[in-house]
Amino acid sequence: MINLTIDGRPVSVAKGTTVLDAAASVGIAIPALCHIDLKGTCVKNSPASCRICVVEIEGRRNLAPSCATMVTEGMVVKTNSARVVRARKTVAELILSDHPNDCLTCPKCNHCELQKLVTRFNIREMTYKGEQSERKHEQTVAITRNMDKCILCRRCESVCNNVQTVGVLGAIRRGFDATIAPTFDRMFSETDCTYCGQCVAVCPTGALTERDNTDRLLDDLCNPDKIVVAQPAPAVRVALGEEFGYEPGTIVTGKLATSLRRLGFDYVFDTDFAADLTIMEEGAEILHRLKAYLGGDKSVKLPIMTSCCPAWVNFYEHQFPDLKDYPSSAKSPAQMFGAIAKTYWAQKMGIPREKLVVVSIMPCLAKKYECEREEFKVDGNPDVDYSISTRELARLIKRSNIDFRCLEDTDFDKPLGESSGAAAIFGATGGVMEAALRTVYEVYTGKTLPRIDFQEVRGLEGIKEATIDLAGFPLKVCVAHTLGNARYLMEKLRKGELDYHVVEVMACPGGCIDGAGQPYHHGNVEIIKARARAIYAEDAGKPIRKSHENPDIQKLYKEFLGEPMSERAHHLLHTQYFDKSIK
Amino acid sequence: MSEIKVSCEALRQTEEICRKFHNDPGELISILHETQNTLGYLPLPVQRVIARELGVPAQKVYGVVTFYSFFSMVPKGKYPVSVCLGTACYVRGSDKVLEEFKRVLGIEVGETTPDGKFSLDCLRCVGACGLAPVATIGEKVYGRLNPSDIKKIVAEFDA
Repeated sequence: MINLTIDGRPVSVAKGTTVLDAAASVGIAIPALCHIDLKGTCVKNSPASCRICVVEIEGRRNLAPSCATMVTEGMVVKTNSARVVRARKTVAELILSDHPNDCLTCPKCNHCELQKLVTRFNIREMTYKGEQSERKHEQTVAITRNMDKCILCRRCESVCNNVQTVGVLGAIRRGFDATIAPTFDRMFSETDCTYCGQCVAVCPTGALTERDNTDRLLDDLCNPDKIVVAQPAPAVRVALGEEFGYEPGTIVTGKLATSLRRLGFDYVFDTDFAADLTIMEEGAEILHRLKAYLGGDKSVKLPIMTSCCPAWVNFYEHQFPDLKDYPSSAKSPAQMFGAIAKTYWAQKMGIPREKLVVVSIMPCLAKKYECEREEFKVDGNPDVDYSISTRELARLIKRSNIDFRCLEDTDFDKPLGESSGAAAIFGATGGVMEAALRTVYEVYTGKTLPRIDFQEVRGLEGIKEATIDLAGFPLKVCVAHTLGNARYLMEKLRKGELDYHVVEVMACPGGCIDGAGQPYHHGNVEIIKARARAIYAEDAGKPIRKSHENPDIQKLYKEFLGEPMSERAHHLLHTQYFDKSIK
Repeated sequence: MSEIKVSCEALRQTEEICRKFHNDPGELISILHETQNTLGYLPLPVQRVIARELGVPAQKVYGVVTFYSFFSMVPKGKYPVSVCLGTACYVRGSDKVLEEFKRVLGIEVGETTPDGKFSLDCLRCVGACGLAPVATIGEKVYGRLNPSDIKKIVAEFDA
C-alpha cells in the first residue's frame, strides 16, 4: 500500500492508483472532464488533455493532472488550494471560449458535463471572447453530430478505436482547425460506423447525441388515422426510472406500460414477446446446425453467432463480410416484432398495414438504423416504422405533463405483450445465450432443466466461456461484449481457431443495459451493474422463465407460423447479410 | 471530397514501401514521407493501402497526414510555386507577393490549378535573403519580387 496525504487527510491506496481515484476513496471528488473510467469494462480515456483535474503536489513546480498521476509514498496533494481552484476555473473558461454559448437549446442541457463544471466553478461570464472554430454538423439516421460543441476530450475516439475497434472516429488537422471526424472527414454513413453509439454514450457535451424522433412520434400519436403500437425493449424498464429520480436498478415495467398508454399509444406491447420468438427461431437454428454437424456435415457453419445486436450486424457486414454466414439468420427481436405485428396481428385486427405505426423504444441507437434497412420493408413500408431511445421516451413523458412517479402499474396488452423471464435477460450480456440454453437444452434433451440459471454466462467479464452438458454432448459456448472482443473472436474464427458451438455478441459494454440510448451513466459503472441486477431480478420474478413455455408464442406458432423455421417463419423472421466493406 | 483515381502502379509502389518498413505501424511517418517522395502526394486510396498494410484504421493515417503540413493530398502542379514567408522576405512584403500569386492563379495555398500546371505553397527561407522577397517556381529562383511582376512571370510558364 502507498501512504499519502490529500487535503490534509491520510490516504492509503494500492500502488498504481491515480491521485484522482485515491482522492475519491476518501470522499474528495476532484472534477474531471476528458477522463472517463468505466471500471470493470474496458471503457477508459485518460489523455490528461483537458487539465480540469489538476492538483498541487508538494515539491512539484507545475500543477499535475490527477487522472494521469500515480500516487507515490509520502506524496502531499492539495486539491482545493487557491492556486488550483483558480487554474481550474481558467482552464474551464478557456474551453468555453471556443464553445457555443447556447446551453438553453442544447440537446445535452442538464446532462452536459461541461455545463456542470461551469456551475460548480462559479463561472458567471464568458471571460475570454474570441474567434470560434466552425466545424461539421451531421444528422444520420441514428447519431447527430455537432462538432462545434466538441471539446476534444477524445473519449469518443478512445471508445471507437480501443473499445469497439471500429476505428472510424479520430482527430484530424492541428491547432485551431483540429477536430474529431469520421474516416477521411466524411459523413458517418460513408464509413464503417456501426452506429453502436458508444461515442454518444461517453460524449461529455452536446457534440454527439442521438437522432431525435420524438416530434415525429408526437405527430403520429396525434393523428387519428394512425394506429400507433409501442414495443419497449427489455433494458428500457430497468433504466427509465433513473430519468425520474429512481435509484439505478429500479424496475419500472408497470409504470412504463402506463406511461406509454398515457402518451396515446393505441396498443402497448412488448419487445420481450419477440425476444421469446427470437429464441424459438434462433434455438431451432442452433439445433439444426448442431444436428447437421453431429451427423457428419463438415460444411455447416459453427459456431453459430447471435444476430440480435444491430451494431454487431453492421460490424461484421463491414469488417468481416467473409464470415457473414456464421451469424444466425434470425432477425432481431424488435424486427421480428414488427414483422409479426404488421402481418399476424394486423390481419387479426383488420388493420391495414399503412395505418399501422410500430414504434420501438430501445436502449440503442443502432436500432434507428436497423429499422431503415431496405430488407425490413414491404413495398417501402417498414416493419418497424422508427425507434426512439430510453432518453427520448423520458423527455416525451416529461413534455406530456405525465408525473411518472405517480403512475399506477399496468400490464402490457395481449397477445404481443406476454413474455418469459428468458426474454427479460436479453438486456444484459450473456442473456441471449442463457435464454437460448434454457430452450435448446429442453428441446434437445426432452428433459426439464435441473437448474434454470446459467451463472457462468453472467457478469461483466469481456469474454465468458462455458461448457454445457447437453445429454452427454459438451456444448461449448462463448459470450462476448464490446466489438473489440467480437473482433478478437472473429479474427480467431478467420484463422479457424475458434472452438465453440454457439457465440453471443453484444456491441455495448455490459450489453443493452449500457446501450447508447440509455440514461447517461457519466462514467459510473455501478449504474450498469445495478441495471444488470434488476434484469436478473425481473427474470426471477416471472412465472414463466423459458421462451418455449410462453403461451402466446405457442399460440402464434399454432395459429400462424407452424413450426420454427417453417417457410412462413423463414420469410417473416429471418434475414440475410450483405458485404458492406469499403473497398 | 471525391476520391482521386490512382494508378495500380502507384498502389503497388505504396505496398512495397510499407513492406520495406516491415508493415510496422510505428513507422507510419517514415512510410508517409517515402510514399510522398515517390508519388508526389498522398491521395486517399494510397492512405487506405497504407492503413491496410499496417493494420491501423484509415482515419489514423488521415489524422497524421492532415496534422503535418509537409504532407499533401493533392498532386503538385507541373510548376510548383513556393513563396518564402521567412522573416527577411516577409518584412519586405512577400505576403503581398503571395496574395498576388493567389489572385493570378486563382487558387489558395496548398491547392493546384485545375489544369494541373501550377500549385502554390509557402516555405520558410531558401537561403537567398539578400534577394528578398523570394519565390521559387520549380528549380528556378525569383528574387526582389514586386507584386506587379507576378502576372508576367506566370505568363512565361503558361505560354
